[in-house]
Amino acid sequence: MTDKIRIATTSLAGCFGCHMSFLDIDERLLELIQHVEFDRSPLTDIEHCGPCDIGLIEGGVCNSENVHVLREFREHCKILVAVGACAINGGLPAMRNFVPLEDCLNESYMTGIGIENPQIPNDPELPLLLDKVRPIHEIVKIDYFLPGCPPSADVFWKFLTDLLAGQEPSLTYELLRYD
Amino acid sequence: MTQTFMLDGLAIPFEEGQTIMEAAIAAGHYIPHLCYHPDFTPYGSCKLCNVEVNGKICAACTFPAREGQTVVSESLERNSDRQRITQMLFVEGNHFCPSCEKSGNCQLQGVAYHLKMTDDHFNHQFPHREIDASHPDILIDFNRCIFCALCVRASQEEDGKDVFAISGRGINKRLIINSDSGQLRDSELTVNDRATHICPTGAIVIKHTAYQVPIGDRQYDHQSISEVSMEQDGNVS
Repeated sequence: MTDKIRIATTSLAGCFGCHMSFLDIDERLLELIQHVEFDRSPLTDIEHCGPCDIGLIEGGVCNSENVHVLREFREHCKILVAVGACAINGGLPAMRNFVPLEDCLNESYMTGIGIENPQIPNDPELPLLLDKVRPIHEIVKIDYFLPGCPPSADVFWKFLTDLLAGQEPSLTYELLRYD
Repeated sequence: MTQTFMLDGLAIPFEEGQTIMEAAIAAGHYIPHLCYHPDFTPYGSCKLCNVEVNGKICAACTFPAREGQTVVSESLERNSDRQRITQMLFVEGNHFCPSCEKSGNCQLQGVAYHLKMTDDHFNHQFPHREIDASHPDILIDFNRCIFCALCVRASQEEDGKDVFAISGRGINKRLIINSDSGQLRDSELTVNDRATHICPTGAIVIKHTAYQVPIGDRQYDHQSISEVSMEQDGNVS
């Protein structure tokens, strides 16, 4: 067994931009990996989240699978973190909230320009869309929030090194950004 | 002899007729605010400037300064309330900073940064509001309106035009435009009006000017609204 801090990450209704920004800590990854190991994450391809210390959630909640994944993370992570604008307020995907879901599907799959063989996808494997995209704090308890679109690499670094040092994470004025 | 009141333990001089806000700004002390502007009649609606005056909560922008008052502004309680109020403003409208051209220069965002707000706490209402892009030079995105009524006051008090009004109450409150069609293009508003430039958020923006200042050079990128406000409001009053 290891005494490394276990981190899981996922992207729900997000663009993976927050994950890319996380990787922008660049060579600091080598220092980070001395102290942490990754559980479920796009970086590991582990499919389900085991017991973890920290869960990083990118993206809001737009479909039923997002809800299940989010609850799995909450169940297994001691500290759950909303990462980026979409996780915090729905972000860009939530801009569909002002269009009825049926109209969204019709425009995308039935009546939009250039569509051939129009049909709305209904494979039972596909998760059902929610009527609105929701921030994750409306579904489960969130312990910390890292704003930004995306949060800069320095935000990830400051937050994780604060936690690893056993101190309350805090962002400086320059690191707290909503865009 | 100069009259004074105590603000967070400091003696603040004031002149007869000054509000607590006016005296605090003149003495170089920032009290968070959004609907207050030194050029216009105090409105007292946003409640961000709420302070404790002798133990009672009052809006600093409307409450008169009095000899011997004890005023508390920078306390955990007042700033916690301010953060909750700001969070309510965010969830009651649609404030998507990454896609807003006012980002970096927005006072709502600046106040939220100042208060170290990292989340919106409440459930988002995602209200359905329209955009009025009818005017050739000016755009109104009602999603970003916080009903501070600064445009209402600027149009009335400085432009002499009465282009805007706040209609309805509570959650049905909305900004309306004084024209036969209700559209901005049929109003008297012009790009040089004070009302066009006074919006603290991205609700009223001038077309063809977006994103001209790069990220890093914008108003609140490096400087807190507490400093910017002292420079701007302090010079006016």
